Parts: sequence; C-alpha cells; structure tokens
Amino acid sequence: MSTHTAETETLYGLMAEFDTPEALTHAVEKAVSAGYKKMDAYSPFPVEEVIHALGLEKNSLPLKVLIGGITGCLTGFAMQYYASVIDYPYVYGGKPFNSWPAFIPVCFEMTILFAAFTAVFGMLGMNGLPKPYHPFFNVDRFSQFASRDKFYLCIESEDPLFDLSKTKAFLNSLQPAGIFEVEP
Amino acid sequence: MATTPDPKHALKPVTYVDPSHTYAGISDKITDMVLKRPVGQGWLAGLGIGAAGLSLLICAIMLVLIKGVGVWGINQPVGWGFDIINFVWWIGIGHAGTLISAILLLLKQQWRTSINRFAEAMTLFAVVCAGLFPILHLGRHAVFYWLFPYPNTFALWPQFRSPLLWDVFAVSTYATVSLLFWYVGLIPDLATMRDRAQKKFAKIAYGIFALGWRGSAVHWSRYETAYLLLAGLATPLVLSVHTIVGLDFAVSVIPGWHATIFPPYFVAGAIFAGFAMVITLAVPLRHFYGMHDFITMKHFDNMAKVILATGLMVSYGYFMEAFFGWYSANTYERFMIWNRMTGPYAPFYWALLVCNFLAPQLFWFKKCRTNLLVLFVVSQFVNVGMWLERFIIIVTSLHRDYLPSSWNMYWGTFWDWATFIGTMGLFTTLFLLFIRLLPAISMFEMQMLLKQTRDKEKSAGGKH
Repeated sequence: MSTHTAETETLYGLMAEFDTPEALTHAVEKAVSAGYKKMDAYSPFPVEEVIHALGLEKNSLPLKVLIGGITGCLTGFAMQYYASVIDYPYVYGGKPFNSWPAFIPVCFEMTILFAAFTAVFGMLGMNGLPKPYHPFFNVDRFSQFASRDKFYLCIESEDPLFDLSKTKAFLNSLQPAGIFEVEP
Repeated sequence: MATTPDPKHALKPVTYVDPSHTYAGISDKITDMVLKRPVGQGWLAGLGIGAAGLSLLICAIMLVLIKGVGVWGINQPVGWGFDIINFVWWIGIGHAGTLISAILLLLKQQWRTSINRFAEAMTLFAVVCAGLFPILHLGRHAVFYWLFPYPNTFALWPQFRSPLLWDVFAVSTYATVSLLFWYVGLIPDLATMRDRAQKKFAKIAYGIFALGWRGSAVHWSRYETAYLLLAGLATPLVLSVHTIVGLDFAVSVIPGWHATIFPPYFVAGAIFAGFAMVITLAVPLRHFYGMHDFITMKHFDNMAKVILATGLMVSYGYFMEAFFGWYSANTYERFMIWNRMTGPYAPFYWALLVCNFLAPQLFWFKKCRTNLLVLFVVSQFVNVGMWLERFIIIVTSLHRDYLPSSWNMYWGTFWDWATFIGTMGLFTTLFLLFIRLLPAISMFEMQMLLKQTRDKEKSAGGKH
C-alpha cells in the first residue's frame, strides 16, 4: 500500500469508457450506490438519466437569471427616469416628465438583455469555462470520441473512497469498453 | 411482442429521425459536410454571386456616405422609402429563426431540431442586413451613436417616449440575444468539430471557440438550464421586437399607420415571411448537401402549415385595415384605403394580396405541402409579397397626405435597388460561409432526438 498514496497523487482519476448511454447510466447508478462522490459523467449529448442519477436536476442558474432580469429592468427605468426627469426635463406632447408607460419597452428590452447575459455568462462561469487545458484531453480515446459517440465515467482521485486498485476493480465490474488512468 | 399493432393503436407516432441511425453516423455525417467535403464549384459560384452583391452594397453605402441620402428616391412627403421597407422586411425574416429555436423548443416540437441551427444563422444574418438600413437612413451617419443614451457634453438625452428609440433598444437587444443563443447552441458542436478536425489550424480555431467543452454531466445540466432560459427569454423578445417595429408606425398619426392592429399583425407577418425564407434556404441546402434523412418532407409539411396559418392571420390584417378605413368614417382614412386599392400603386396592392393571401391557400392540400417545387415557388411569392406589403404600408400611406398640393410619387432609384440587392449579397455570402465553416445541423440535439426516438420505440414495443 505504500505505492498507493504516491500513485493517487499523480493521477487525476480513473476513467471508464462505455458504448451506450444506457451503460453509462447503469455505471453512474452503481458508482453512486457504491458511495463515490467525486465523479462526473461525460457524453456527446445530455443524457437525462445520468443527470438524474448524479442528482443534478436543480441548480442556481434560474435564480441568478431572475436577479439579472430584475437588475436590467431597474437599470432601464433608472436610466430613463434620470434622463427624462432629473437631468433633461423637457415637456413633450404635454406628457409628464415621468411618463412611465412610455418607459416600459426599454425596461422590457433591458430585462431580457441582462437576463440573457446572466444566463450565458453565468452558465459558463459556473462551469469554469473557458478552460483550454484539461487532463482529459491527454486521454486519446476521450479526445477523439467523447464528443462523438462514446460515454465516459471518471472517478477522481480526490474522492475519499478512491483507491487505485479497488476503484479499478470496481470500474471493471461495470463491464466498460476500456479503463484509462488520467494523468493530471 | 406482437409485430402487428392493435388496430386501435395503428396510428404510429411521427418520428423525425430514423431510429436506425447511429450516434456516430449523425455526428460524422454533419462534421464531414464541413471537414471532408471538398469545396464545390456550385458553392464557389454561389459565393461569387454573393460577393458580387456584397461589392454592390459596399459601393452603394460608400455613395450614401459621401453624397448623403439624396441619392435615394425619398422625397417630401415620402420620407421613408426603401430603407425602412427593407429594414422591416429583413428583420421580419429573422423572426422565424428565433421562433423555430425558442418557441418550438418550449413547445417541445421535435421537428425543430434539424432546422434550428441554420434558421438561427439566418436570423443573425438577416438582423445584420436589417441593422444597416436605419443607420444609413440617418443622414448624419458619422454621429449614429447619438441614438444610444450616453453621458455627453451637450447634456442631451434621447427621447425615451419615442418608438424609434424603443426600436434602437429592441433591435440591438435582439441582435445580441440571437448571437448568444446561436453561439451557446454551437459550443458542444464546436467541441465535436475540434475533436474531428485533422488540420492543426482548424483544430485550434474550433478549439478556441469550443471554450474547452468536454461534455461533463455537471456542465450539461447547467447548459440545458441556460438554453431553456434563453429560449424563454427569446420568445417574448421576438414578439416585442416586431411589436415595437409595428408601433413605429402605429404611434404616428398617419392614416394607414395609426391602427391598433399593427403590432400583432406585424408579428404574424414576420413569422410568415421568416418561414418562407427558411423554406427558400432549406430546399437547396437539403438538395445539394444530401440531407434528406435529416430534413424530411414532414418538416416541409409542418413549415407549410405554419405559413398557411400565419398567412391567414396576415390576410385578416389586410381585411381589418380596409374595414377600419371604412368604419372610421374619417375622410383621410377612407381616402387612404381607396387610394391604396385604386390609386397609382393599386397593381402592387393587388399583387400583394395574390402573393400573401391567394398563393399560400395551396397549402391546404397535402400534395402541395409535400411538393418541393410548389413549396419553393409559393415561398418566393411570400418573400415578394411581404416586401410589397411594407412598400404598400409605407408608400401609399405617405405619398398622398392631408394636403393635395404636397402629393408626390415615390419610386426607388438605382441606388435604392443597389442597396437592397446588395444586402441579399451580404446575406448570401454570410450564409454560404456559415455552411462551409460550421455544422449546419445541431449534432448533439439530433443525437438526443435519436435517443428519445429509440426510447419511445422501446417503450412502445414493450407494451405489446
């Protein structure tokens, strides 16, 4: 066991390849019930069952987008109010300075704009993208097929249950198409 | 597992992708169109035509910048001419892309999947073309940035109570959100392109824009949330954009413009025009790139139904315009409608009704909805008809206003036409570059659709 710590320190994790989304779903379910925590599944397209098995259905993005949208709306209104009432009051068509019904379209557009920016940059930020380098890209099979038609499960060495030989044996029991050690 | 289904359940669910496809097959077919397919003569010829149009556009713009808008046919009282007609025409075309990608996503319409990517590209390029016109129309082009509210030394602000200012916000937001939506949809496919590309330059270029995407389930879950939220945001946005374009007219007190029906009628017209353009692009794309498996006759059938439905809404708008002109009992409104139907521009008005009301009626028949030639020809009628619609709305409302002494005729000059045809060149160029450099069909969504179709077949097979 003396080599175990040395080896796990040099590894990012262990990766298993599967041929179908169903096999990946099965593998993720097994890994979850085996108690692994630090793992992630990789697929060329989102697989609902895998996301469900990893308990990832909910995230904080909708709340962030709501806050972004409200900020946009208030910014839009504040801008128009400042311009039309405070900085440059001008009687136009007998309308009051704060003719708020006419300000609705701009508030609306600003709501959408801010919310959309929050959705896109929030998603990228939470995902830690852009990330040009990642240890996975050193795995030949992964960098060729993960975006095409193969499915991967990676158990990371940071997982408290991670043990090179035991985890390898566990992954082997899931009948993968291949197992790879991911160098950091 | 009975092979002959119960006659009660004989109605087979419609599938938009053949379940015998494989994940790899879908991915390879779409990437190969870009990475393996040699540059064809047809594509080069198309690009040549597009570039010629683009050159014409550049000349036309240069002339407008040097000599001013006097080179156009606009006059008093027709101050809005081709520039606004073309602006509304292009922005309307763009709307179908957002409709397909956002509204049909929210409605869980699976047939959107194979056409959404290039329809979104169409939106983006149409908005580019549309955005040129109001800027060129300004007259003082060098200070176009005065449109935007920014603190300045004149201590001036734009007029926030004007629909024209709303338009600035609506169109710039629309362009930005369309770009974001399109790009977010592309990220996973760009990663596929990065992984499939053989040449180093292509690998690096796709790699930069793929942002290091690796298909993690954690990422996918947030990605799907973001995509759905963007769809939910783009839906009211697209409706607001053409509503505001409609308000540009409706808020003024010009007979023929001052009508409450304008916003919804403009939105329906935009979808109508946009779907015609999607068919115009899909028919050759499918033919030349052999995408018969992905863009099926069912897709065309559905699009034709949307054209028929929105065509009827637009026709209702024409009818109501005429009805309210009469019912208003207002001299000027009645004169405007009568002048539209019998005045100097009457042939255009009746041609518009033939194009937008009569031609789409063919789509009541399934034979016409599934005949590519009919689809293509009717779409051209709609494209022309929708341009005529804006011409009629703008020109016939303005050219004979309250004072007969100021009446005037309006015709586009050579440079008006050059700018219009030029933007078609710009659009063609951008679109051809797009299908050459990026996956024209969303791979990951097609793969998802394949999985759903297979799952559905499996569960249907299990029941018997």
